Amino acid sequence: MKTLRRRADASAATATMPWVDAPLVSGTPSFGSITEDISRVAERPTTITWLASLGLVGSFALVLLISIGWLFYEGTGIWGINVPTAWGWAIVNFVWWVGIGHAGTLISAILFLFRQKWRTAINRFAEAMTIFAVICALIFPGIHVGRVWVVYWMFPLPNQMLMWPNFRSPLLWDVFAVSIYFTVSLLFWYTGLIPDLATLRDRATGKIRRAILGILSMGWRGGNRQWQHYELAYLILAGVSTPLVLSVHSVVSTDFAVSMIPGWHTTIFPPYFVAGAIFSGFAMVLTLAIIVRKLFHLEDYFTINHLEKMNIIMLVTGMMVGYAYSCEFFIAWYSGNVYETFAFVNRATGQYAWAYWTMVLCNVISPQVFWFKNLRRNIVVMFIASIFINIGMWFERFVIVITLSQDFLPSSWDYYSPTLWDILTYVGSFGLFFSLFLLFCKFVPVVAMAEVKGVLPEADPHHGGSH
Amino acid sequence: MAQIFPKAANRLPLVTALVAGLVVCGAVGFFWYYGAPEYTDVGYRPDQPVKYSHKVHAGNMAIDCRYCHTTVEWSSKANVPPTRTCMNCHSLVGQDLATLELVRSSWEENEPIEWIRIHDLGDYAYFNHAAHVRVGVGCIECHGNVAEMEIVQQVEPLSMGWCLDCHRSPDEYLRPPDQVTNMYWVKPDNHAEWVTAWKETMNINPPEDCSACHH
Repeated sequence: MKTLRRRADASAATATMPWVDAPLVSGTPSFGSITEDISRVAERPTTITWLASLGLVGSFALVLLISIGWLFYEGTGIWGINVPTAWGWAIVNFVWWVGIGHAGTLISAILFLFRQKWRTAINRFAEAMTIFAVICALIFPGIHVGRVWVVYWMFPLPNQMLMWPNFRSPLLWDVFAVSIYFTVSLLFWYTGLIPDLATLRDRATGKIRRAILGILSMGWRGGNRQWQHYELAYLILAGVSTPLVLSVHSVVSTDFAVSMIPGWHTTIFPPYFVAGAIFSGFAMVLTLAIIVRKLFHLEDYFTINHLEKMNIIMLVTGMMVGYAYSCEFFIAWYSGNVYETFAFVNRATGQYAWAYWTMVLCNVISPQVFWFKNLRRNIVVMFIASIFINIGMWFERFVIVITLSQDFLPSSWDYYSPTLWDILTYVGSFGLFFSLFLLFCKFVPVVAMAEVKGVLPEADPHHGGSH
Repeated sequence: MAQIFPKAANRLPLVTALVAGLVVCGAVGFFWYYGAPEYTDVGYRPDQPVKYSHKVHAGNMAIDCRYCHTTVEWSSKANVPPTRTCMNCHSLVGQDLATLELVRSSWEENEPIEWIRIHDLGDYAYFNHAAHVRVGVGCIECHGNVAEMEIVQQVEPLSMGWCLDCHRSPDEYLRPPDQVTNMYWVKPDNHAEWVTAWKETMNINPPEDCSACHH
């Protein structure tokens, strides 16, 4: 609260007093101008640019649909997978998308519990991004099963075969971890949306629009009691989501770590995957934030200070990931296990060395630019770095999965390469992701208005008073 | 500002929740009952090309199952008898029966009769008749009392869960091998002791792993 009170003088103060936080919203915001700035984006008439963009990304989503249709018709043989590389791009893409889906909940839940007020500007669209990324992620294991018509076997449903999924298998844990994560993220996002949807409802002019928003905002009036319930619900959901941030990617990592494949069977996997997930999630949030703030003129809300804080988180998590890479090599040597050693030497010098070093360049080297204050406050630099990190984190999962290509039986060693359909499915998933994101930007307030108002000095009960 | 919704809309969430609950329970109940093999498969009784009565042959005349289904004791498949087996008797009896017209023409033209298979497992499930008959699983356990069926029908679901029920506790379904085809065999009082000894002798440990039936 003290921080807030000081905010009025903060702009001037930050230069000379580094312990005072920079203002969370720049410009001269008032409650009214915030409502106006944010609602405007969701209320303005459909533009040609928006329609054209939706058409473009929508056609990519169609490519995904066609690829999946052909996959269902023809089978997983259309992909580059075979024994021993039975997991290919589908699993790489799954882990990559799930990883990206981690930033939203980290921002909305953990930063909320730690009272990091700078989260208010970015949490809404980071959570949306999480939900869309998890949707993209869920597609891949679903279509990778081969016999998609019995995909419900993934769930423990009573059936006439008395057949249950293997409860000792991390693949089942995965089903639970990711679906719980998706449900909780969706609820969390929606709960946060209710006051803002009510604002849009009250501003709505058309009858139908008002009725739809009226249903979605669930009778929100902004009364004192409603706010009390709302704050409590939000706090509980934040508490529920917090362990999920750590558990989901830990469970995803056990898909690998529980198996007996050299290079996978290591205990560092869960923390290493979680750090990587947050790393890639923030990179994607940053990529999108830079685009969104430019397109919708939200520079006052997604300030350079927000972006800088995200860059610092990426620097930290990037270093964790880099530490994990080196630790894997150390253990491979220290264990004295010839298979483990082979797997890692082969990673760095074998047929996929190009992928390994791409990963190191993108994930370990590129975030180092954020050590320098002027570089981590430079939009162009951080945009390029975030793209690099997105690419690098994809390659990290590729490098891990591709360990399969040289298994215990040298006669079956081969060079795995994707087919056209692998690539189209992946590219198509971007189409789906961006289609959902464009729809979100068009219809939903991209910044949590009610929360941003809460961090203005006017929201402080002591504002302007002298007691 | 005017209200968007009438006051009755306050009940909407409750009504929605109730209806959704009913729909979900209804859907689960529907598939539970109508989707189960007990409903979809049990009672399957197609009309066979020849009006053959098991009740007459196996029941009234007490012909042993193995007179026609000769391979059940040593083959994985239970055979349907060739026309030759029918003609063993019907070249001497019932020569003028109209219902046997197809049997006679099959015999003369050397064309098999196309019987319709009733107990049809999925191709991915491997079932071995001999393995079951030789350890003393009675015909009646899976096929019902065929000796009283005018037209044979499926009486058991033949689902995987049904197979596993027996594989997990086979004691009730075992009998001395010379009584396998007996439709009227009654468990003696000492069945429990007998079955323990029998399982010991024959080393009966019904498998429950996937590859036992799905090779």
